[in-house]
Amino acid sequence: MASTTQQIQTPPGRRFRPRSTGRAGDRIFLGLSRGSGILLLVIMASIAVFLSYRAAIAISKDEGNFLTTFDWNPAGDPPVFGIAVLLFGTVVSSVIAMVIAVPVAVGIALFISHYAPRKLAGAIAYVIDLLAAVPSIVYGIWGALVLVPYLEGLNLWLDQFFGWTYVFEKTEIGVARSLFTVGILLAVMILPIVTSVSREVFLQVPRMNEEAALALGATRWEVIRLSVLPFGRSGVISASMLGLGRALGETMAVATVLSPNFLISLHVLNPGGGTFAQNIAAKFGEADAFGRDALIASGLVLFVLTLLVNGAARLIIARRKEYSGANA
Amino acid sequence: MAKRIDVSGLSAYYGSHKAIDDISMTVEPRSVTAFIGPSGCGKSTFLRTLNRMHEVTPGGRVEGKVLLDDENLYGAGVDPVAVRRTVGMVFQRPNPFPTMSIFDNVAAGLRLNGSYRKSALNDIVEKSLRGANLWNEVKDRLNKPGSGLSGGQQQRLCIARAIAVEPDVLLMDEPCSALDPISTLAIEDLVGELKERFTIVIVTHNMQQAARVSDRTAFFNLAAVGKPGKLIEIDETERIFSNPSVQATEDYISGRFG
Ligand SMILES: Nc1ncnc2c1ncn2[C@@H]1O[C@H](COP(=O)(O)OP(=O)(O)OP(=O)(O)O)[C@@H](O)[C@H]1O
Ligand SMILES: [Mg+2]
Repeated sequence: MASTTQQIQTPPGRRFRPRSTGRAGDRIFLGLSRGSGILLLVIMASIAVFLSYRAAIAISKDEGNFLTTFDWNPAGDPPVFGIAVLLFGTVVSSVIAMVIAVPVAVGIALFISHYAPRKLAGAIAYVIDLLAAVPSIVYGIWGALVLVPYLEGLNLWLDQFFGWTYVFEKTEIGVARSLFTVGILLAVMILPIVTSVSREVFLQVPRMNEEAALALGATRWEVIRLSVLPFGRSGVISASMLGLGRALGETMAVATVLSPNFLISLHVLNPGGGTFAQNIAAKFGEADAFGRDALIASGLVLFVLTLLVNGAARLIIARRKEYSGANA
Repeated sequence: MAKRIDVSGLSAYYGSHKAIDDISMTVEPRSVTAFIGPSGCGKSTFLRTLNRMHEVTPGGRVEGKVLLDDENLYGAGVDPVAVRRTVGMVFQRPNPFPTMSIFDNVAAGLRLNGSYRKSALNDIVEKSLRGANLWNEVKDRLNKPGSGLSGGQQQRLCIARAIAVEPDVLLMDEPCSALDPISTLAIEDLVGELKERFTIVIVTHNMQQAARVSDRTAFFNLAAVGKPGKLIEIDETERIFSNPSVQATEDYISGRFG
């Protein structure tokens, strides 16, 4: 096939214009790429249809309210299960993780990109990237063995001095297998990804943007405030969304650390609560077919939640497009 | 406010590469001094030593003295940040803060220097924009982003930003090279007005521009590629363009090399 195509000669005096049709290689490649694209869409659509169908069956047989029930008992008679506790636990632990991780990650990223000497910056960046490669079960084991006992002291301290905030009031005795601990663990887990994406963005700030601030007599911090952070803003939002996506869906680490129950409590230091992914991991093995359908339904809610969060992030970025560095 | 610049024995390095060698000159207050010379001869480098911007480049290093009315910018204990607040700079490519409104762009330097009452800030921003001949074009959209202006308008916005803090000296590195002839003329006129208040140094590749706007002209050259750039001569612009004392200057101006 190569030999036939190579025989096409350029007419003298005219430039040879490549054409995308009529040549065997192009046609085969076009067919392959189009075919695999369509195949992918078909597979994804059928997965979505299958999952939605199973979820719909489960929800239709739910004797409780799927959205507001504080229980997960699809095997009971009548079956009663709902996602309220899971939704709450997922959101709360992820919010805690974001509140801790994003500022720290931005700080580390700024340190690497704008403060540290080049060698040190490289070393730190390397270690951070390594942390991203640690499997989540390892984080889970670390969380259970190190973080949980270690945090008991912090919990007492928080309870004593910040108990009046209600959120940090610890009303139940027990080890720190709480949403708060999960949040901290998730923060540690998403820190590397948020840091490295933010660092990349900060390193891309055009030199002339920073010099604009420098020439006005800006200190290093003022350069960051005037030039680096505004330029990096949308990148940091994207980085945070990547981290949030991981936090929302994290399974093994949460399942290893949390001692789940089906109560909603804003006392985040109390042991208990649950998340979508943790609940699925904990129950899927022993569930019967109907129980699995119920878990699938909860998984779909997690999927929708992730979609909504991503959509919101896109909106935030798009709303400030006019002010973004892109059209400078 | 405008101050005299007195440079003596100034050399600048990028790492081990010496970019300019042993430059001495005096720049009079309330005048425009143009720097001309072939590409790579160190005009930008020299300009950036005058507000201590050279040292922000990795490996950037300076030897020698720059006196601003008797105060050595490179003296011990002089804060480069403070120097940059009194020696303003306009760059080759317009670089307004892209995420800031026009108003905030002009106010940025003032806000760094201290806090102003809202009305005082409004007055200074308007005065600076008028000073940069931009006020009429932007007065109805001060809250729109600065990056939405045309290139020439952006450059005048940068000039407004630089003069808002009332610097002693204004350095301009090829401020018109990215602009069309009309915007260029607008900025040249502006330079003529600004020299009433500031000491101005302008780098340009455009001989007519140097002849039009400047009172004195400095010609830089380098012996060979990789050699440091040197100041060949500095004199009244009229003399440089009619009867320079060095043959190389005449060759360069008449287009015989460079
Ligand atoms: N960031 C840098 N790192 C290393 N060397 C540099 C750097 N910037 C400039 N140089 C070198 O310093 C010398 C002078 O450069 P400079 O930019 O000052 O020239 P110029 O006269 O402004 O040229 P042009 O007219 O093209 O703007 C050149 O040899 C250049 O290669
Ligand atoms: Mg230059």
